[in-house]
Amino acid sequence: METLLIIIVGILGLIAIAQAVRVFELSAAVKGEDASSENVTDKDNRNQGILLLIFMIFMLGGFIAMIFGYSDVMLPVSASEHGVDIDNLWDISMWLIIVVFFITQPILFYFGYKFRGAKKKKAVYMEHNNRLEFIWTIVPAVVLAGLIIYGLATWSNIMNPVIGEGEEEPMVVEIYAKQFGWTARYSGSDNQLGYANVRMIGGTNTLGVDPDDANSLDDVITTELHLPVNRPVLFKFRSQDVIHSAYLPHFRVQMNCVPGTKTQFMFKPTMTTEEMRQDPDTQQKVANINEIRGERGDEAWQFDYVLLCNKICGSAHYNMQMKIVVESEEEYNKWMSEQKSFAELL
Amino acid sequence: MATHEAHDHHHEQSFIEKYVFSQDHKMIAKQFLITGMIMGIIGVAMSMLFRLQLAWPDKQFPILETLLGKWGADGTMDPNIYLALVTIHGTIMVFFVLTAGLSGTFSNLLIPLQIGARDMASGFINMLSYWFFFASSIVMVVSLFVENGPAAAGWTVYPPLSALPQAMPGSGLGMTLWLVSMSLFIVSSLLGALNYIVTVLNLRTKGMSMTRLPLTIWAFFVTAILGVLSFPVLFSAALLLIFDRSFGTSFYLSDIMVAGELLSNQGGSPVLFQHLFWFLGHPEVYIILLPALGITSEVISTNARKPIFGYRAMVGSILAIAFLSFIVWGHHMFVTGMNPFLGSVFTFTTLLIAIPSAVKAFNYITTLWKGNLRLTPAMLFSIGLVSTFITGGLTGLILGDSALDINVHDTYFVVAHFHIVMGLSAIFGMFAGVYHWFPKMFGRRMIKSLGYVHFWVTFITAYGVFFPMHFMGMAGLPRRYYTNTSFPMFDDLADINVMISIFAIVGGIAQVIFIFNFFYSAVRGKKASRNPWKSNTLEWTTPVEHIHGNWPGEIPEVHRWAYDYSKPGMEDDFVPQTVPIRENEVETGH
Ligand code: HEM
Ligand SMILES: [Cu+2]
Ligand SMILES: [Cu+2]
Repeated sequence: METLLIIIVGILGLIAIAQAVRVFELSAAVKGEDASSENVTDKDNRNQGILLLIFMIFMLGGFIAMIFGYSDVMLPVSASEHGVDIDNLWDISMWLIIVVFFITQPILFYFGYKFRGAKKKKAVYMEHNNRLEFIWTIVPAVVLAGLIIYGLATWSNIMNPVIGEGEEEPMVVEIYAKQFGWTARYSGSDNQLGYANVRMIGGTNTLGVDPDDANSLDDVITTELHLPVNRPVLFKFRSQDVIHSAYLPHFRVQMNCVPGTKTQFMFKPTMTTEEMRQDPDTQQKVANINEIRGERGDEAWQFDYVLLCNKICGSAHYNMQMKIVVESEEEYNKWMSEQKSFAELL
Repeated sequence: MATHEAHDHHHEQSFIEKYVFSQDHKMIAKQFLITGMIMGIIGVAMSMLFRLQLAWPDKQFPILETLLGKWGADGTMDPNIYLALVTIHGTIMVFFVLTAGLSGTFSNLLIPLQIGARDMASGFINMLSYWFFFASSIVMVVSLFVENGPAAAGWTVYPPLSALPQAMPGSGLGMTLWLVSMSLFIVSSLLGALNYIVTVLNLRTKGMSMTRLPLTIWAFFVTAILGVLSFPVLFSAALLLIFDRSFGTSFYLSDIMVAGELLSNQGGSPVLFQHLFWFLGHPEVYIILLPALGITSEVISTNARKPIFGYRAMVGSILAIAFLSFIVWGHHMFVTGMNPFLGSVFTFTTLLIAIPSAVKAFNYITTLWKGNLRLTPAMLFSIGLVSTFITGGLTGLILGDSALDINVHDTYFVVAHFHIVMGLSAIFGMFAGVYHWFPKMFGRRMIKSLGYVHFWVTFITAYGVFFPMHFMGMAGLPRRYYTNTSFPMFDDLADINVMISIFAIVGGIAQVIFIFNFFYSAVRGKKASRNPWKSNTLEWTTPVEHIHGNWPGEIPEVHRWAYDYSKPGMEDDFVPQTVPIRENEVETGH
């Protein structure tokens, strides 16, 4: 029934267009315009030129409106040390992009309007201009060189962190992914993860940790991720089945979890969950969200860091998450002391 | 060239020879175009369905049950079919519409006509290329109807997800058919590409030196080379995946327990697949884009009544982009755990692409400067292309930068970026090509006023759909999410989602205007004159009625480049390539 309706509407639509076209043509013919050829007239050029100009104004206006209107939906300040560097690089790149965008787009559309054709006009013959072309090859090249150097330095600092003399060793934590959930395994007091492999999965040993490896016994397996603030942490990622991606947007961290190999990412959280809840941007965002939730009759939400899956992994990919809590050293130690070690679990 | 003189132009062809198993490049071009359009309708319709889901996840739409059957029971979309729709949408758009539909149509139509050849080097291989594409399309469409649904692991089909039927329903028979379809597709594309290359190299008419080739031909030529070099790599990736799926090998699989079952595979690497895939995948985006840029060069120059600005730089930048496109694939893999140094190299090469791209954008804009712009629908779509090429290209500076990619990789920022720079630009280029060469294809004119309406609705809704997605990406929203209601932190995106979906649905439905204009005009449109756009290139010297062999008499000789528009000292504002250089004419070096 519904299909039939849709088909009927479709056919009616087509007939309507056909009729509209006929009316267009008749009216053009009445006005004595050149309707016989579908050629573009001076009037078309004028109309379309003006439309290009109007579009430009709406596009740039819309863009600015979105920058302001959507500033609330974007991620708040970075809660990690390296994230601040990423955000700086981001801002610089973004400003550059916006400037180029706001120069080139208006020129493009303005030219479309300004040089709209007419029968009596003639175009200027111009094949090339070596100096001009040289300039606009070199200028982007120089700007890019700057961006590349800055970008690579940032990347290299993030991916190859150096642990200086006398600095604290990072805390090693395994993030384990499987369809469709996350588990964390803390390396315990020895800061060494015990050997693990999917082949050893069985019974309560859901991560396949080797019970015969001495390093395993003090490992701690949890379903929430707690991190002490200002202590570097080295994540080791493992997956049991397909590729997943551990995405911690508030910390500007992402790394794939690939079955058969281990990947890693080191960073330092710098803001506790509580501090982030006090951040003005976060508060604004939470207020907006709770207003929307209120209208829908959902319960109010309190900000929490979260780890999401960001690599398509199957039907519940959209809901594969783990709560993250960043807290003070004492709170962390207290929480940790309440957890069972692997040895106790067995 | 001489061999083609022997063609018998008066040989009577049967219906089948003429319309079905045709070996004539002009008919094959139309076959590619119409098949591509049908696939395009399917692909766009799918995007409208999943946009319904994203905007109104908790509403029920009876139409979903009608169209999706058990996957849309009670009018609610199943997460698995969401992923399947996204996957097939991406596959169809990238390969069937914008590779075969775009290159297949315009390379076929324009290469022989613009270089002055009677047909492709091998009409038979050309015909095979179309029929492989046809078979591939059929298999892809059939895969939509299998019990467990079509492939659903994303258009990039990363294993192990795509390799293990236990991991998701779509990785069963649906995935097998996807692989079969893509293998047929690759054969089609290789047969086509080899033909294009040989034709451009060997069958140019007298006087048509490489430096006098229209930029369309340069673009198609380089695109074909990209295809020949990269598609075989995808083929090998697919082959190894088939082995892993069906014959128990472990190229991509190691240490896996899925759905409670421990697999015996060991030693393979899922990341290997990604290297192979993106070795094709990145050149593929230029396989999509370059023909659109070539078409735009031609359309802008003709309708600006000006030579394309910086012809040599345009050719140079096509070559530079093509070369670079082979050494940047790793930018899709920054967060796979690859060696950070390798990441640095890929960042470097990737950002370099911005230079030739910027040159192209500046040259287009300068071509407009002091032109006498004829704002035809084709011209408007070309201007639209320049706009989206700039907008989408700029965000490439962010995604290509490994440090920045960490936080937006696989988010909606990426969806926004690639749709604008590749999807929209290429679709606009394709529309421009259809509006511009329609008179050549069908001997009739499309209805101008409908063209204008089509352009404006498409252009506005296209930006309306994809521009706001940047902000969703910056909010941290991952792509390929069936709904974002599982995370309260994304609740403030609900309005944006609704707005995007409305734009998407309006824009999608507006394509009916184009479809109508196309078929109506093909049959009832006003008769076209031989050179309706007052263009310089050779295709407009052929008769309006298609004949086998293209020119009734001798193939014309070429005396100049294709861009002598508004040349001082000439009476008309165009000088066809067949007009000999005059004695007192300013020499232009072409
Ligand atoms: C009617 C216009 C279109 C709309 C509304 C649309 C919408 C979308 C959306 C929202 C997604 C992301 C879904 C997700 O990640 O969950 C998507 C994916 C995709 N689209 Fe489109 N799209 C359109 C046209 C195109 C075009 C012209 C192309 C050509 C390049 C294209 C290629 C793709 C690809 C490659 C993907 C990725 C598929 C995947 O994640 O596996 N789309 N589309
Ligand atoms: Cu996932
Ligand atoms: Cu790429």
